[in-house]
Amino acid sequence: MAQFTIKINGEDHQVDVAPDTPMLWVLRDHMNLNGTKYGCGIGLCGACTIHVDGVATRSCSLPVSVVGESAITTIEGLSKKHDHPIQQAWLEHDVPQCGYCQPGQIMNAASLLNQNPDPTDSEIDIAMNGNICRCGTYIRIKAAIKTAAKIG
Amino acid sequence: MTFIKTTYNRRSFLKVSASASGGLVLGFSWLASCSPTAEQLVQMPEEWFNINAFLKIGDNGLVTIMSPNPEIGQNVKTSMPMIVAEELDVIWKDVIVEQAGLDTKKYTRQLAGGSQSIRQGWQSLRMAGATARHMLLQAAAKQWSVPISELSTEGGIITHPSGKSAGYGEMASAAANQNVPEEVELKNPEDFKIIGKPTKNVDGPKIIKGEPLFGLDYQHEDMLIAMIEHPPAFGMKLKSVDGSEARSMPGIKDVFTIDSLPEGTEKQWSDVNAFPQLVVVVGNTTWEVMKAKKALKIEWERVSEGESTLDYKEGLTKLLEKPAEEPARKDGDPDWAFKNAALVIEKTYTAPFLAHNTMEPMNFFANVTSDRAELVGPIQTPEYMSKTASKVLGLPEDKIAIMMTRMGGGFGRRLYGHFGIEAAVISQKINAPVKLIYTREDDMTQGTYRPAYKVKYRAALDENNKLIGFHVRGAGTNGSLVFANRFPAGTVDHYLAENYVLDSNISVGAWRAPRSNFIACAEQSFLDEVAEAAGKDPIDFRLELFDRAIANPLILNDPEKMADVTRDFLFETVAKGESAKYIPKDTKRALRNIIPELAGQPARSEVGRDALALSEII
Repeated sequence: MAQFTIKINGEDHQVDVAPDTPMLWVLRDHMNLNGTKYGCGIGLCGACTIHVDGVATRSCSLPVSVVGESAITTIEGLSKKHDHPIQQAWLEHDVPQCGYCQPGQIMNAASLLNQNPDPTDSEIDIAMNGNICRCGTYIRIKAAIKTAAKIG
Repeated sequence: MTFIKTTYNRRSFLKVSASASGGLVLGFSWLASCSPTAEQLVQMPEEWFNINAFLKIGDNGLVTIMSPNPEIGQNVKTSMPMIVAEELDVIWKDVIVEQAGLDTKKYTRQLAGGSQSIRQGWQSLRMAGATARHMLLQAAAKQWSVPISELSTEGGIITHPSGKSAGYGEMASAAANQNVPEEVELKNPEDFKIIGKPTKNVDGPKIIKGEPLFGLDYQHEDMLIAMIEHPPAFGMKLKSVDGSEARSMPGIKDVFTIDSLPEGTEKQWSDVNAFPQLVVVVGNTTWEVMKAKKALKIEWERVSEGESTLDYKEGLTKLLEKPAEEPARKDGDPDWAFKNAALVIEKTYTAPFLAHNTMEPMNFFANVTSDRAELVGPIQTPEYMSKTASKVLGLPEDKIAIMMTRMGGGFGRRLYGHFGIEAAVISQKINAPVKLIYTREDDMTQGTYRPAYKVKYRAALDENNKLIGFHVRGAGTNGSLVFANRFPAGTVDHYLAENYVLDSNISVGAWRAPRSNFIACAEQSFLDEVAEAAGKDPIDFRLELFDRAIANPLILNDPEKMADVTRDFLFETVAKGESAKYIPKDTKRALRNIIPELAGQPARSEVGRDALALSEII
């Protein structure tokens, strides 16, 4: 066990965990931030996507010990009033079906818009490729990203 | 206007009300708490009045409607309360939706499966809304000393021609004490204001904020985390375990074995479970338990011969090579038809075993004490889980409370709730609240897979391209594949259906229906092939078959309806709807394209299901 100070959603938090503990479980089990989802544990499904310094990262494969001073953002902290353009667009298009993968989809899409404010269809396809939706909401996800690009 | 007899009576209503406040009351507040919007939060009523099992009305007119069925992404948590709200005649934005727990006294068929929630719940949901509306009207009639027939409602307001009016909130207290009417009036569907209108997912705002909704998100004071280790292959079982290293690891409470379905337990259909005997690791946090799980030293032993992918391929193929001794159905003289055909078309279709792979891995929370059990999690069949839990835990069913969480997918996997029983057995053993979590690997390798299938179709056309013979021979693992009387049976003079089963030690079950979606795709693809060989439009070809079915007394259920479905439904409703984009412009291979697309998706709408059911119904 070791002490880590991690900046999560703008605030410093201290955790006492094994250094190899993935951020996913730090968030879920120690921070009570359950929006970040466990899907596969090996970085293949995207359900656990968070931002590390604004960039989409798979929290299931990110040990707490390597986070250092980087700023972690989770779905709970993406926007103060839950009105990030992606969140607005997600509601407008009523994107979720079962909803489980959606926090990861939203975080990945927000990261995409950070880097590319007006992505083309194929840029969306490439960027969102690693986020699986078992219900198949991909068509609405794409439409919502385009709407968000207009809002943003 | 329709009138229906209510199925409530004063006595049963009182009983229900009493059981809501007395009896087994457990702390489900985490999930059962209201999910008001920000706007509603500001205007929360000071007092709620229970009108019936489905709804309560606040003193300010806000309404809470209970959604009785499990929410699996099919959106019943939105659509079922919409039906209640419609008959209650309130404005949808004044409605707060709550998920109901399992309560067989209050609700019927709290099950997500077979695309039946709306169809089977329709009447009771409408009745609940209409009954409450009637009781509000009774209260107003009494207070204003006017006949009830002179009153009308709109958007949660009762009015009388004299100019008197009152919001539902003002009448809620009095309405709660009215006699339950024996008969209530239902709205004319033409007057529907909520039903039929696109309405957004009531959990949408919570989902986009990442609020806890799913079983895996459930928290409870002093809750421990449990994980299991099951045999590495089907046909194996636990021999011995050395948990000493795992037990000594940080955060680990215990390592032990369980049997979640002890020998002699009377099984239900939902008790599919290849590995009831498991090794369990219990600890404080998920990561600690995951690491300890890897440190287990387990010996497994074989109980039946090992199987491989090749075995199924070969086994199914071999079965399809020979004629069945007893055909499932035989009409006319199929041998003659195929010998005398101008053209024979033959195609074989196969599907491998399929895992459900819900995004949310299997999990369940259980808190079992000496006299009661509290189970919370993602389950499509809570009523069945309650029965099995009762037997395995040795507790009466009325001491078992089940709360359904929103499910991160189901697709049939969560019809089989062994994971909930396992959680309960673990909690009982360690005498603590526990959340059982399957890793993705546990989930993938221990499923209720859709069986592997193989089906061979043959069609005989005469020199006029008329279908004179049809032959289907299918083989499925652990279950038959061919429906003997399925379309186009009865439309062809010479018809033969043959069915084989290949035994396997793999646990199988429903996966968006066990066999229907596979056989629908195979059969409709084959019919397209036959239509093409006959030089006919694929839709015209099917309609011809339906004409024959309608004229032919051999025929099965309602061929006229199916012809209408093919003609009108697919080309009016589907072609103009969301699926239109999947239909090629020339409509060639139209069904082949529509049906697999819909089959591959959970039934968000009933539309998809009906298209799939096209061949099933006949």
